[in-house]
Formats: sequence, structure tokens, C-alpha cells
Amino acid sequence: MNKLRRKVYMTAGCNTISMGSGRKEFHPKKPRPGLEDYIREAGGGTLKQLGGGKNVDEAVIGNFMAARFNNQGNLAALIPTIDETLLWKPCTRVEGACCSGALALMSGIKSVLAETAESVLCLGVEVQNTVKAVYGADILATAGWSRERKAGHAYFFPGKFSDRAGAYFAKHGRERSRKAMARWFCNAIENARLCPTAQEHQNSAKDLEALALSEPTPRSFVDHLNFYDCSKVSDGASAIAILSEEGLQRAGIPKNEAVEVVGWGQTEADLTKAPEDLTRLETTRRAVAQALESAGIKAGDLGTVESHDCFTIAGVLATEAVGLAKPGEGPDFILAGETSRSGRVPFNTTGGLIGWGHPTGATGVHQAVTLWEQLTGQAGGCQIPMTPERPYGLSINMGGDDKTVVAIVFRKG
Amino acid sequence: MNYEERLENVAVLGAAGKMGSGIVLLVAAEMADLALRPENRSRKYVLHAVDVSQRALSGLMRYLREQARKSAEKRIVALRKTYADRSELVSNGEIIEAYINDVLDVVRPTTTLEAAAEASVIFEAAPESLDLKLKLLTVAGADNPREPWVFTNTSSIPIQEVDAKAKLGGRLMGFHFYNPPAVQKLVELIRGQTTRSEVAEFAETLAKKLRKTVVSSRDVAGFIGNGHFMRDSLYAISETARLGRERTFVEAVYMVNRVSQDFLVRPMGIFQLIDYVGLDVCQCILRVMDPRLPGQGLQSPLIDRLLALGVKGGQNHDGSQKDGFLSYKGGRPAGVYDPDRKSYTPLDSIQAACDAALGPLPEPALPWKAAVRHPAKDDALAGFFGKLEGLKTLGADLACRYGARSREIGLGLVSDGVAAAAEDVNTVLLTGFFHAYGPINDYFKAKVEK
Repeated sequence: MNKLRRKVYMTAGCNTISMGSGRKEFHPKKPRPGLEDYIREAGGGTLKQLGGGKNVDEAVIGNFMAARFNNQGNLAALIPTIDETLLWKPCTRVEGACCSGALALMSGIKSVLAETAESVLCLGVEVQNTVKAVYGADILATAGWSRERKAGHAYFFPGKFSDRAGAYFAKHGRERSRKAMARWFCNAIENARLCPTAQEHQNSAKDLEALALSEPTPRSFVDHLNFYDCSKVSDGASAIAILSEEGLQRAGIPKNEAVEVVGWGQTEADLTKAPEDLTRLETTRRAVAQALESAGIKAGDLGTVESHDCFTIAGVLATEAVGLAKPGEGPDFILAGETSRSGRVPFNTTGGLIGWGHPTGATGVHQAVTLWEQLTGQAGGCQIPMTPERPYGLSINMGGDDKTVVAIVFRKG
Repeated sequence: MNYEERLENVAVLGAAGKMGSGIVLLVAAEMADLALRPENRSRKYVLHAVDVSQRALSGLMRYLREQARKSAEKRIVALRKTYADRSELVSNGEIIEAYINDVLDVVRPTTTLEAAAEASVIFEAAPESLDLKLKLLTVAGADNPREPWVFTNTSSIPIQEVDAKAKLGGRLMGFHFYNPPAVQKLVELIRGQTTRSEVAEFAETLAKKLRKTVVSSRDVAGFIGNGHFMRDSLYAISETARLGRERTFVEAVYMVNRVSQDFLVRPMGIFQLIDYVGLDVCQCILRVMDPRLPGQGLQSPLIDRLLALGVKGGQNHDGSQKDGFLSYKGGRPAGVYDPDRKSYTPLDSIQAACDAALGPLPEPALPWKAAVRHPAKDDALAGFFGKLEGLKTLGADLACRYGARSREIGLGLVSDGVAAAAEDVNTVLLTGFFHAYGPINDYFKAKVEK
């Protein structure tokens, strides 16, 4: 990758609550906020920290499937609802399934690098509780190849990752892998309990491990995953600003309240082809390798990671794709506590997709917000200690079954 | 004719009623499942849904559509396999729609009783009146050459009596669903003296296919379910009369209702349950049981009096509770009917004083919901009732007497041979009435022996 022409920063992150089952305020039959409410809340929170829309040159929004969840297209035109100062400014909507949020970030980064903007408002949003899970599964399945849908599982993506888990069990042993998946779930909930906007913030289950180890029920769900192995259905939005040094100055935000984007990787696999090896996330591995290389660092330099744990098995596979564990040794790494908040490389410190929630199009932006909070010491009750020896944070946002992946390396500005 | 052939042509009489619509749903879904099997493609499965009201039949079709959807949503993993060879059905949504259509495709709503004449199996779910049932069953009688098998949903009328009067020659069996049939797991099966064994075998098979819990009852008026419920209700009514000597009727009803719910850890109080079933239905059942079981006092002048005053209970079309012994707000009891004043006395005007008179519940409290979910339910109940016995309060005394009477009723059903074993009585109360424990238990044993 070419060297960056100028420095790129992110700051002023804002998340709405990740709303859905698990939150006490959530009632499936009562009216709830819509897309525009979430966009306004997250975007408004970021604008306020930036000193208003006058300090924004353009905006971009990531969203997966509002066209079907909410009968809404043309999402870019919802951006001016955040504040009238955004009227008439360039706005773009991007889509890459569950990677839509990070594609929005990439779009913002590239605008700043292209020097067509000094300050880009980046949003991600998804409101999915509009349909029951059984129909939501149809909508989410569009992140896979449509010609595979007929032969696919009713719950298409849980089915895909169940297959991955099954292959992983066969190759590396079930018991240890299952335990690591359970530990992943426990870590996610423990982190989410510290984060007020997390969907599992109010989770008060006493024996998380017992829940996580409950046997799958293939008759009503999938073969190798139980419900606790899966991220939930979520409504939510996140926003963050991407700026040049000039953009930061204009907003009056000091660099040490921002994170610098020091490298990234963006990779695309062929949607119509099955993964060669179900036990590995090859597209993720390549994106992370690119990101680390462009940042000039090694996996061992990472202080924290936000990984795309739509399923616990994806969390296990990510530790290997990042290069923190060798193939087949992700479970050992997790079971040794290395990914927990007190471990060597805390993963998903606000709960990740399983604990914080997975409003699909917002997730990539949410990951950036969490890393911005952690690296600038603004994570409140979720704060982990960062050391000067390993000052880097890595985010991995994945669309579909390891098809569209963006990995970004951050450092405190 | 095997099971699958026999289910090709079915009729449900009283199809749009509370019980009938549930039976139509269950049987139509079973028929649709059979129809969807590749080996049954050449067969045409038909269910005649017979009812007197066109309006109610429209309601039935709406109900079936909603329920078939819910069922399909739950069974989507299996349904995708069922429809695997239908290449045009790709999404869950498309498969669910196809299934709904396949279930509805089986059902033929009609107000013409004669349509039932071509059925091989007839379910009868008319109101609890022998005359009405006999009138409807002429369609299945001796001059029907198809000799259909008939399953009556009666909850009280002896099967042998209906079989003989309708001239069915042993083709009748009691197949008593609980309300609502689509939700309640329990089915009471009752063989009449002459019920043919192949009819009984079919009933067993069908109940199993519908994933029901089967309890067999002897052919005695009221069977096991109402055999307990009616006597339990009459005991409650007699207790209100006893309490009523020192308190008002309204207070007595409130207290017995509260004791039967909170002190006995039941899902609802006895008067709420009578209201749920309907005072009119209870009256019908008592009128069936009393002359057939003479000398047991199976009658209630109080229920007769309330009905004469227009107090009926039962449910509205939307499933909400109608006022009966109690009035309801948002599904919860809000008042008690005072037959002298012909109006409801609000609960909040009497509740505090009555609760004080009853005394406290044992600590820690054990609400019904917590009891049924309790991992060590039996121990929890034993602990609760053990403490209850130690409380020398009016509430505890009423509850212990009540529990002992309920046990006595249960044991009576066994000793009279209505139930083959204590376990059968307990299963009926646990599954059909959602009790947390069976009436034949050790919690209230000591009280009887005293």
C-alpha cells in the first residue's frame, strides 16, 4: 500500500443504545424509534462534540438492508435530518452487509486523503427489530449468495457459522473449542455489563458458563451453535468524525482527544465461492495482514482488538486470523484468559457483537468508537489500561461469511 | 382403512366454537402434514368445518391463518426440508406462506351438516347438551353407510349413553381436549363399554401425533377433569357459605378465591377459574353429573341464582374475560359480585381487611409461577406447605382444609375407578389445569388424618 499522503484522525464518537431483547426498555409489541431517530441521536452526539455541522464537509452512512427492514432507501438523504447545517452537503450511503459501517469509515478516510474533505461525519445504522427473527433471517441471508439460499439453513448465517464450528470441532477437537466459545460469551457479557449502551448491559444471569455450554438444538436451530453463541437482533446507530489535522483544528479538538488511523487493510472474496477452509477466516487474515503491514507493526504490538464476533466461533477464528494464535490454538489463547479484559490483548472491551449488540450496518463504526474511547482514555467503566509498548488498537469488520472485510489500526493521536 | 386413509376425509361439528376451532387447527395441520408427504400426493385431504354461523366460520378461517403462521414460524427448520423439492420456494417467508395455504387448503367451512356425512372421522365439539349432540350425530348414525368414527369432545356426558342413543354401535369415543386445544397438552380419552378397539387405537395414534399427553378416564359422568373440578368448586362454594355466616358474601368469595390461589399455589383462584370456564358451562356439567351420580349433591343453587341474574363469565371473542363471580380489569380481578345488590363491589374496598383476617403467607413466599419453574419444586412446595400448617391463621386453616378436600376428591376418583391410578388424577390437574402439584400428595395428608 502507498504511504498515506497526510494524517487521518477519528474523534467525537457517539453510540446510541443497542436496542433489542435483553434491554429492559425493549418490548417487541410496543412502538419503537425508527431509523431516523437513531441517525439523529448518534449523528447529533458527534456533531455536538465537533462544534456543529459547520465543521463537517461531507457525510457518509453505512447501512445494510434498510430497504427491507424498514422499507427505506436513499439513506444519505436522512443525514440532513440530523441538523440543518448539513443540508446541501455531499452525503453518501454505502453497503457491504455487516461490513457497511467500516466501508463508511473507509469512504471517509479516502475523502480526507483525497483532500476533498477535511472533516467527514461517518455513521452506521441498522434497525432490525421490525420483523421477527425468522423473517429477519431471510433479509440477513442476502449477505450471502442468493443462489445458495434455497439449500441454506432457515437461519442462514447461524447455519454457515455452525458449519464452520462443526469443521473446527472435527479438526481441532470439540470439547476445548466449545469451552473457548463459552469463555468468549462470558467475556462478552462481562464487558457489556460495564457499558451502559450495550444490549447485554442489564444481563444479570448468574451462571453464564452453564448457559453458554447448553447443548445446541438442531431441530429448532442449528447443529453446532446454541443461542448464546450468536449475536442478537439489534437496533442502533454509531457515529464518529474522520478528520485531517486541519479538520481537527477547525473543530478545536486537540490531537490527544483523537485517534490516528495508522494503517488499514480492505479485502474482498468471491461471494459465489465457498471458503476453501471452513476452519479459517482467510479474507480476514489477509485484511489484518495488510493493515498491520501498512501500519508497520506486528500482531504482538496490538494492545486491544475489536473483532467481528457475530458468533463465538468467529471470535475464536479471529484470534488465529490476526496471528495472535496459531491455527487450532485460538481456544488455548482464549481459555488462558488472553482475550479477557484483564488479559494480554483484551478483545471487544464493550462487549463486541455478542455483548454490545450487532445493529449490522452500525457495527464497524461502533468498533471505531470503542477503540477511540479506549485509546484516548474516555471509556469510563469499560476502560482498560493501555501500555506505551503496545499502543495500537485493531478493528475487524466483516460482511457476510468472511467476504467483505476491513481492518483498521489505530493509535492515540 | 389405515390411519392415513381414515384422515383423508374429516368433519368437525361446532367447528367455529372455542374448542372446535382448536380441534380444526390441530387436525387440519396433521392432515396437511400427511398431504405434504410424497407418497400421499394422489390423496385429497378434506376437513369439513361445520358450524351454524357464517360469521363465526369467517372468524375460524382468520384464526387458522394466524395460528398456521405461528406454527410455521416455529417449525421453519423442518418445513424447509418438507418443501426442499419446491424450487420456487426459497425464503423462509415464501415457505411459511406456502404452508399456511396448504393448511387452509384442507379446510372447507360450511353451515351444512350434511357435508359431514362423507367423512370417515367426525369430531363433535358442540355445546355440552345431550339433545344437541344427539341431533348433530344423526349425520353419523346407523343409516350412514360410511360408518364414520366419532370423537366427542364432551367433558361430562357418558360416552356409552351417547353411543346408544345416537345408534353408533361402538363407533364413538370420548376425545376430550382442554381449552384451548392448540395450547393445552392434555387429552382425556374415554372408551364407552362398546367402543370398538380399532376406534380406540386410532384415537391413541392421533393423540400421539398431535403430541398430546393422554390420560384415560373411565366412562363416568364428569370423567377425571370435571370430576375433580366440579367437586372442588362446590367445596369452595360451601366454604363461602360457612364463612358467610360471619362475613359478607362478597368478603367470603374474595377470601376463598385468594386462599385457593395464593395459599394453595394455584395459577388462579377457584372463582376466577369458574368464571374462565363460564358459569353456564359449569351449570350444564353439573346438570349432566347430578342425575347420573345421585346422592352426591352435585348441584349449586348459587350458580343457578347468579345465572338467573345474568352473571355468566366465559370469554369475549378477543379472549378477554367476561365478568362472573368476579369482575375484571385488564384480565385481573377487580370486584366481587353481590347478588343482593346486583352489582360488583370493588376489591379495594374489602381487600385490606380480608387479607388482614386471613393472615400472612408463609415466608419465603412461593407464587405459582415461581413454583412451577422451581428446580427443586417438590422440596419448595413441601417447605411452603409445612410452614403454612404451622401458621395458626384463618388463611392457613382454610388452605389446609381446602388442600385436604382436594386430595379427598382425587382419592375418591381413584377408589370409584374413574381414574386407574392416583398418577392419572395428578396428571390431569398438572397438565389440564396447570397446577403446580397434583391433588393426591403428602402436603395435606396429615390434615385429613387429624
